[in-house]
Amino acid sequence: MTDQLTDRVDQREVGRARPRKEDARLVTGQTNWTDNITVPGLLHMAILRSPMAHARIDRVDVAPARERPGVIAAFSGRDLAEGLGSLPCAWPVTEDIVLPDHPPIAVDEVRYAGDPVAVVVARDRYAAADALEAVEVDYTPLPPVLDLEDALADDAPLVHSDKGTNRCYVWPLATGLNYDEVRARADVVLKRRYTHQRLIPNAMEPRAVVVSPQAASGEYTLYSATQIPHILRIMLSVVTGVPEHKLRVIAPDVGGGFGSKLQVYGEEALALAVARKLGRPVKWTESRSEGYLATHHGRAQIQDIEVAATREGKLLGLKVDLLADMGAYLMLVTPGIPILGAFMYPAIYKMDAYSFTCTGVFTTKTPTDAYRGAGRPEATFAIERIMDELAAELDLDPVELRRRNWIEHNEFPYTTIAGLTYDSGNYEAATEKALARFGYDDLRAEQQKRNESGDAVRLGIGVSTYTEMCGLAPSRVLRDLRYAAGGWEAASIRMLPTGKVEVVTGTSPHGQGHVTSWSQIAADVLGVPFEDVEVLHGDTLTSPQGMDTYGSRSLVVGGAAVHHAAKKVVAKARKVAAHLLEASEGDLDFKDGVFSVKGSPEARKTIQEIAFETFSSHDLPDGMEPTINAEHLLDPENFSYPHGTHLCAVEVDTETGHVRIRSYVCVDDVGRVINPMIVEGQVHGGLAQGIAQALYEEAVYDEEGNLVSGTMADYLVPGAPDLPEFVTDRTETPAASNPLGVKGVGEAGTIASTPAVVNAIVDALRPLGVTDVPMPCAPQRVWQAIRQARAAKEATV
Amino acid sequence: MTRISVKVDGTTYEDDVEPRLLLVHYLRDRLGLTGTPVGCDTTNCGACTVDLDGESVKSCTVLAVQADGCAVTTIQGLATDGDWHPLQKAFHEQHALQCGFCTPGMIMAARDLLEENPHPTADEVRLGLEGNLCRCTGYQNIVNAVLAAAGNGSAHGTGSGQEKGQETSVKEAAV
Amino acid sequence: MIPAAFDYARPETVDEAVRTLADARGETKVLAGGQSLLPILRLRLAFPDLVVDIGRIPELRGVREDGDKLVIGAMTTHHAVIHDPLVRQYAGLLAEATAEVGDPAVRHRGTLGGSLAHADPASDLPAVVLALDGELVAAGPQGRRTIPARDFFTDYLQTALEPDELLVEVRLPKTAAADGWGFHYEKFHRVAQSWAIVGVAAMVRRDDGRITESRIGLTNMGTTPVRAEATEAALVGAAAEPDPVARAAEAAADGTHPSSDVSASPEYREHLARVLTRRAVLAAARME
Repeated sequence: MTDQLTDRVDQREVGRARPRKEDARLVTGQTNWTDNITVPGLLHMAILRSPMAHARIDRVDVAPARERPGVIAAFSGRDLAEGLGSLPCAWPVTEDIVLPDHPPIAVDEVRYAGDPVAVVVARDRYAAADALEAVEVDYTPLPPVLDLEDALADDAPLVHSDKGTNRCYVWPLATGLNYDEVRARADVVLKRRYTHQRLIPNAMEPRAVVVSPQAASGEYTLYSATQIPHILRIMLSVVTGVPEHKLRVIAPDVGGGFGSKLQVYGEEALALAVARKLGRPVKWTESRSEGYLATHHGRAQIQDIEVAATREGKLLGLKVDLLADMGAYLMLVTPGIPILGAFMYPAIYKMDAYSFTCTGVFTTKTPTDAYRGAGRPEATFAIERIMDELAAELDLDPVELRRRNWIEHNEFPYTTIAGLTYDSGNYEAATEKALARFGYDDLRAEQQKRNESGDAVRLGIGVSTYTEMCGLAPSRVLRDLRYAAGGWEAASIRMLPTGKVEVVTGTSPHGQGHVTSWSQIAADVLGVPFEDVEVLHGDTLTSPQGMDTYGSRSLVVGGAAVHHAAKKVVAKARKVAAHLLEASEGDLDFKDGVFSVKGSPEARKTIQEIAFETFSSHDLPDGMEPTINAEHLLDPENFSYPHGTHLCAVEVDTETGHVRIRSYVCVDDVGRVINPMIVEGQVHGGLAQGIAQALYEEAVYDEEGNLVSGTMADYLVPGAPDLPEFVTDRTETPAASNPLGVKGVGEAGTIASTPAVVNAIVDALRPLGVTDVPMPCAPQRVWQAIRQARAAKEATV
Repeated sequence: MTRISVKVDGTTYEDDVEPRLLLVHYLRDRLGLTGTPVGCDTTNCGACTVDLDGESVKSCTVLAVQADGCAVTTIQGLATDGDWHPLQKAFHEQHALQCGFCTPGMIMAARDLLEENPHPTADEVRLGLEGNLCRCTGYQNIVNAVLAAAGNGSAHGTGSGQEKGQETSVKEAAV
Repeated sequence: MIPAAFDYARPETVDEAVRTLADARGETKVLAGGQSLLPILRLRLAFPDLVVDIGRIPELRGVREDGDKLVIGAMTTHHAVIHDPLVRQYAGLLAEATAEVGDPAVRHRGTLGGSLAHADPASDLPAVVLALDGELVAAGPQGRRTIPARDFFTDYLQTALEPDELLVEVRLPKTAAADGWGFHYEKFHRVAQSWAIVGVAAMVRRDDGRITESRIGLTNMGTTPVRAEATEAALVGAAAEPDPVARAAEAAADGTHPSSDVSASPEYREHLARVLTRRAVLAAARME
């Protein structure tokens, strides 16, 4: 890096609440969703799926489907098996992990309700849907595997009989002092079990894929509603054998992902395989209820957590045993999701010993994988829940207990018991601000009044002081975690002859507003107008390098890469300017896009003029390449650690079990903020999804392994009347690990909010003897918890 | 096949359609008006909301034959002479969209809401949009945008509207 | 998802519709507002050979008075019901409960008659019409007949309508505030969009601080909407005050057989019925 890379950048754009450039086509209906795409001769693919959780396939006869009007082709799994490899798992977390074969379409056995068994291709989507009815399949039912603990029993039926076990892996971590020794000298040991229900991510845009082949040249263009066009290209090339350089992947406008589109899906491979077989373009679009079966699910963990502490409330050690539901197969990062949480259980707290074990378990359910937060919401929930339980046990205010244990602002950088080095943070400041905005003391007073009067509607206050690790990730750390790829991100900047700017990013936004934020970053460094910057992304032809968008990585890695690339452009332009102005580089000031000679401000060149001079190349410094374009690949030096304090007040109707969120206040520290409007929007959306886990959502299976909550009418995605108005605020402790001082924000709201809500519910009901309510805290469950607590109290009297 | 005549965003189309053809597929696949997306198959998400003869409807839950002789307005017909509808402007200015997939339906539902209740409270906006799901925004900026478009400023709401039973306007309307 | 193919008829009069139904072979579905039928067709839970669209029959729409009865055309939309001045004056409970049905777009298309003929015990209006002592008028090849709401709902998604009959109107005895009537519909559900776990439709007539008559319909407390008869009887003569109302409401679930699903066990539904009946009756009794 040159000295110029550390130049101070005047922030005209960064920090501004710029309305987004992306919006124009989105608010006018001129969007380019994958399902909107059509090409001449486009055929429609539909997929017949297993109606059973687990069965042997005895016979698939697609011939009757081929006779249906409008049908072009129909295939069984066996018809397509040749030339289709296993879907990839890029994160085999242990050396001895059980890694079953995962054909994109089942051949001999189906292992979850929704596993593909046949494909039909027709001239329109109606004909394709009709033809599915004609496919004949005979199954021999096999026993479903549904319960995580039952699945590990010696005599349990097996999801993958050839593997001899449902235990996918065991991943241990033990740091600091010996936990058992620490536990032996603790005054208090609390052990709790928490369960994370299965969640369905529910991006509003259903998945879709379009494959357009150029048969003569063997080239394929694949459009997919994906978060990961770059990774998808590599993986599909491996799965289908289409050479990587013959496959172009485009993520057009993508309508949300939340992890569900961080995947290499069977349907993407199937569409490519079918288009190759037929030499014709093919489209597949899932219906919502189909997606509930076929798009990966999230969470689904059982946590046994134990905390050892002194009587004064000083944490000594923490022990966590996880059972994590893999579902039927290992998809792209399935096994790694709980491991992302492994490092977060100690959270913001200091302690001497930490012991963690995760056991991955196969079940005959839809595979699990990343869902907003991916591992960290689970960890944060467990530690923040048990901190409240410990506070109750010790008769301490839950905020006070946290104060006694958290890392203080003057202790950063701080290496946690789990081995992460938190670069920055100020938990005291965020907490103080949140308490003030929440009116904590007044609410506590009201709560006490209601408790004393025996009010049927109780008030509860929930606290969540979270941090999380995001901004995936330093490549060497990923290596140590046995993740197959690196964690860098690419950016390049092209100065066009007319002075306009193209920023090419390897991130792949699907609602996050990268076009706007990256424009703000580039505009400031280059000193050009915000409007003069275009951001190109999501197409492996125009943006050939990238690691895509997930894990709150885009800004801290990709946005920082844009910053670095822009700095390089300025450094190159400075050489040209110095040459043209006949000054030394050191004598040039650069401000607001203008190079000027120190002491003679009339001697100046704008960066746009430099761009044109470079284009003409008539008068460049000797030996200089005729370009000021620049590229930067950034491998982050650390994770990003946003943190904050969330406070939730609920009213619980003890007669019906109904929970109403009365107020929600959060103060997040996401470091420096590029666009406060976008950041606040990310927090809002994150809160909504975290609250939804606490109160509403659950993928429910019956005892045969059928998904009961199989449509949007049964799986309760909250609407506007179901969520409160949020009060959001910030503290700003710049990250030390990137030049922008930014931290990830995409997942923070989700990670923080779930425990805040459940803590509030339990806090409301604790005087009645309730110590937990399983999620989602549906009215019936709240009512049952109250009833059980009352019965237990009566029994002890 | 059934012959239908439908006016969409000011243009009249005549087509032979299968009776089972959903209005939303008629718009998207036959007319190429892909501004109206499909987000579910159970009439829950509202992404496909359009105006049918002056009322918001979910176009996935109307047959094209049912729209015979009717006028449909979609998100693509809202701007006049390139000028955005006030709701389109407000959604942009208030950051009421992220991925934008729900936005066409959300705007069409909000337009209907404001026609019936030009100056709603925040709670009334939340209730009026109960049939439209958004997974990105947490709804807060959507509510602010609708209030802003109604000329209520960017007034932050007065509460959560979580208790439907406490919704006053509905009660008053019913009494 | 996409419906399977069907034939389509769009009669323009009730007589023509009845003839079409009578002549139909195979499975036939009547398409009213379509807000329940179309999702069922899209999920391919039904495969009708013929769909009879009654959306273009003007005589099926609108609200009128007929002596001491209010008459609502079967194809009157929820939205029209909510805003109709006659409904608000003489069947306020129906207007209040209809505002809780679905969402605004659904209420623009969905109809009173469609909702009743679909006879989903989890939907709000069957219990309301039951509480209002409504009558349903069916037109068939042999002419018209009137079916009391009590006899109309026969089982889960089943009604007393014959396959060749069409529900044409709903007749409700007028219940006006001036005659001492108060009402309330108490719907308990998990999110705004979701079906009622339990709903209570309460009509209460008061005279001088005492309840003289009550009619209580329960949503989702069995395979059909039901009346809370024991509570109704216990309320007669009771003071319109919390304690006596609470005592009467203890019997609200007597004789019900609620179902079990993800959101609620039968036992929880019975508990809710008692709590919500108390609340609904008190709200109705306190209505100005």
